[in-house]
Amino acid sequence: MLGEPRDGRIVVVGASLAGLRAAETLRAEGFTGSLTLIGEETHPPYDRPPLSKQVLLGKVPADRTGLPQRRRLDADWKLGVRAGGLDPVGKRVLLDDGADVPFDRLLIATGTRARPWPHPDEAAMDGVFTLRTSGDAAALAARLAAGPRRVLVVGAGFTGSEIASACRERGLDVTVAERGPAPLVGALGGTLGELAAKLQRAHGVDLRCGVTVTALEGDGRLTGAQFSDGTRIDADIAVIALGAVRNTEWLAESGLAAGPRGVTCDAGCRAFDMYGIVTDDIFAAGDVARFPHPLFEYQLLSLEHWGNAVAQAEVAAHNMISTGPRRRPHLTVPAFWSSQFGLNIKSVGVPTFSDQVVIAQGSLKDARLVAVYGYRGRVTAAVSVNQARSLEYYRHLIETAAPFPPAPGAADQRESPVPVPSDVPDPKLLSHGPTVALTGHLPDRRLTVVQPAR
Amino acid sequence: MAADTLFHRITDYAHRADPYPLYAELRENGVARQDDGSYLVGTYHDIAALLHDPRISSDRRHRTVPDGAAGTDEGVPPSFIGLDDPEHHRLRGLAMRSFGPPHTPDRIDGMHEDITRIVRDLIAGFEGKERIDVVDDFAYPLPVTVICRLLGVPTEDEPRFRLWSDAIVAGFDPTPGDDPEERQRAGTDARKQMALYLGELAEGRRGHPSGDMLSAFVNDAGPEGQLTPLETMATAVLLLIAGHETTVNLITNGMLTLLRHPDALERLCREPELMPLAVEELLRYEPPVQMLPQRTPLADIEVAGRTIPKGSPLILMLAAGNRDPQRFVDPDRFDPAREDNQHLGFGSGVHSCFGAPLARLETQIALHELLRHLDTPRLIEDPPEYRRSPVLRGPRHLLIGRGGV
Ligand SMILES: Cc1cc2nc3c(=O)[nH]c(=O)nc-3n(C[C@H](O)[C@H](O)[C@H](O)COP(=O)(O)OP(=O)(O)OC[C@H]3O[C@@H](n4cnc5c(N)ncnc54)[C@H](O)[C@@H]3O)c2cc1C
Repeated sequence: MLGEPRDGRIVVVGASLAGLRAAETLRAEGFTGSLTLIGEETHPPYDRPPLSKQVLLGKVPADRTGLPQRRRLDADWKLGVRAGGLDPVGKRVLLDDGADVPFDRLLIATGTRARPWPHPDEAAMDGVFTLRTSGDAAALAARLAAGPRRVLVVGAGFTGSEIASACRERGLDVTVAERGPAPLVGALGGTLGELAAKLQRAHGVDLRCGVTVTALEGDGRLTGAQFSDGTRIDADIAVIALGAVRNTEWLAESGLAAGPRGVTCDAGCRAFDMYGIVTDDIFAAGDVARFPHPLFEYQLLSLEHWGNAVAQAEVAAHNMISTGPRRRPHLTVPAFWSSQFGLNIKSVGVPTFSDQVVIAQGSLKDARLVAVYGYRGRVTAAVSVNQARSLEYYRHLIETAAPFPPAPGAADQRESPVPVPSDVPDPKLLSHGPTVALTGHLPDRRLTVVQPAR
Repeated sequence: MAADTLFHRITDYAHRADPYPLYAELRENGVARQDDGSYLVGTYHDIAALLHDPRISSDRRHRTVPDGAAGTDEGVPPSFIGLDDPEHHRLRGLAMRSFGPPHTPDRIDGMHEDITRIVRDLIAGFEGKERIDVVDDFAYPLPVTVICRLLGVPTEDEPRFRLWSDAIVAGFDPTPGDDPEERQRAGTDARKQMALYLGELAEGRRGHPSGDMLSAFVNDAGPEGQLTPLETMATAVLLLIAGHETTVNLITNGMLTLLRHPDALERLCREPELMPLAVEELLRYEPPVQMLPQRTPLADIEVAGRTIPKGSPLILMLAAGNRDPQRFVDPDRFDPAREDNQHLGFGSGVHSCFGAPLARLETQIALHELLRHLDTPRLIEDPPEYRRSPVLRGPRHLLIGRGGV
């Protein structure tokens, strides 16, 4: 049998969470060759979750969220330079500064960026922000600290809701605009969306659902916004939280199956080319990857989850230096957390992969509960609010495709054990993009719509 | 015959010094039903699953099999350790308010110096002694002093609550067969007296906050409210007992284990920064809480292909799970630098040990200072004499000699 490929040249594009964890795993598992990390940002890898939480609250400065390096990497860091192309035949990454970097194996970990406000002139006004990088967070935190009169948050997904929460905690007036029926419904469905809406209002958020922002107003400097229902507000800050765009443009000419939904790869993180043929030397991990998951009927999933970036990077790295049968699949059950309005929300599985939901523990009234989601009679997800300790149990139910609804009898079951429709709206109805995208054809409502060319 | 059941042998004092072969037997046999209708679970993954299973109650009043210890505590309500959510959560949260984050994040960290000073004073007391009893001279007085300061209990009263504490611990000793009634009555009685004593201390501080937990209980109300006087009593008893009965054993088991593994001991002297990992390994290898004897399923639950009927006493053998080869590489080896060490020493799930950060800190400091100050310690008696309880397992005395002989 062939020796394991422990040497040669490995290049990682995207020097953030997934890139760093992959590089560490490569070294931990004995890779001795040359290792190059290419990152567009000038900062060494840092952590993003605190950006919309502690940083906006002013508790942690934006440049203090650096990711700890768990071991010496002995790597060549090319920071502040963007990869602009990939030559898959010559096996080179082409850099925007004109240089190119040859590789034997490549890991694509370019993640996502904030979806910008669609009108460039309006987006360019002073006071209009997005939140993805530590620079974004530093700028926004400074403006929040200066005490604006009102903040408009466009989009009530996780990021938008966390921003609104931070504003309220700072005592700022905030308006949240969401095209969908409630905050977070794109990720959690109707029942918890309703809870989120109540909670935001209880915390003094001016929450407007079922409307869109039609224009940002101002003359070089933001002064207000128009809504689709004809109303308008004064605001001197707008944070655009419309979800994320996958950083795949640089792969346009590469012949890989890379597009707006991400880089398609197999369960072992190997990228597919545009013909659906799996490559053997190009891998993908983190927010940019789109991969099949057996627990969700082999749907291709795109996840924007911290834990997924770590786990997938570790699998990708392992597989980059392992041959055939030693390779591992990335089967981790998706999981993420959020904190907002004093709540700790945690999710396992894919709540949008569901048709029903039941409150299995606790109650909506106490805002302390576990909601369990099912699809066609099996458990596919669970979301806890201030009650994370039993998620482990539900993760096991998801992994073993246990029947839905789950067996009753929880010691703290308070609400009716009768499931209700999970009311996951079509993603088209949302302002914010979903943080989990099911990009195949299931559950039944989520068909790909082919638009005729105009 | 009843006396031959596995649980009988595990609780039999004759096996106290080394119960681990029995635990291996338990793991091999899967879920073990005992003659009295209780069930033992000893494999890591099964225990972990049950600790997270919301259908497992910690409230003994849900048992349908006759249970002498249930419902006998008229007067003092169960402490949160014996309750389920949401009551458990409320009480634990109220107690945590004055113990840990988010409201009191520095309480434990802030004790670092205090604990170090107490440890050094105790070690200074070894002066001139050739033989030390690690238990009486060190591992017992340390956590008692610490928990007394934390709660605000005068250390002079130690002899009183030592008697109560012994009786309470004996009261929940689940040793089958030997008639438990008398012990349980004595335990209940002791619990009541300790509760009255602590309740009185707490009440005396109402309006005169003095920075300790008892006075926080009666003076600091949060948005979630405040402990009632009865709840204060039950919680204070729990914290006082749990705050020292377990740490004594952790420190003593720790010293014993290190003395039995001179390589590890020497390595820790050279690399003191390994101590936090070593303490985790001790919690895995010789956990002071060997089992959780008071769980009850609220529905029929399948474990390892067996159904445990609703209402049966369920005993989770944490110490057996900690040595499960399905989970830990080479589990019977003591490795002070072990990585991937998610042991069950503090339990897991909603009831996972409230005092873990304190126990860790005390033990890390205690062992670190002992290693620094005892030159070439050696065991005088191995195995040492053990305490009676199979639940809170540890040596009654641990005699060591100093100086190379
Ligand atoms: C504000 C915020 C809050 C979040 N909160 C949570 C949370 O609470 N819980 C949770 O689970 N997840 C959260 N997330 C998501 C989590 O941070 C992401 O899942 C994670 O960062 C993904 O890591 P990644 O390495 O795949 O991608 P990214 O972190 O996006 O990193 C990609 C990197 O690649 C670089 N790059 C892109 N294109 C190129 C190129 N062509 N050449 C060179 N470099 C390039 C980028 O500059 C970037 O540094 C949050 C994200 C944000 C932005």
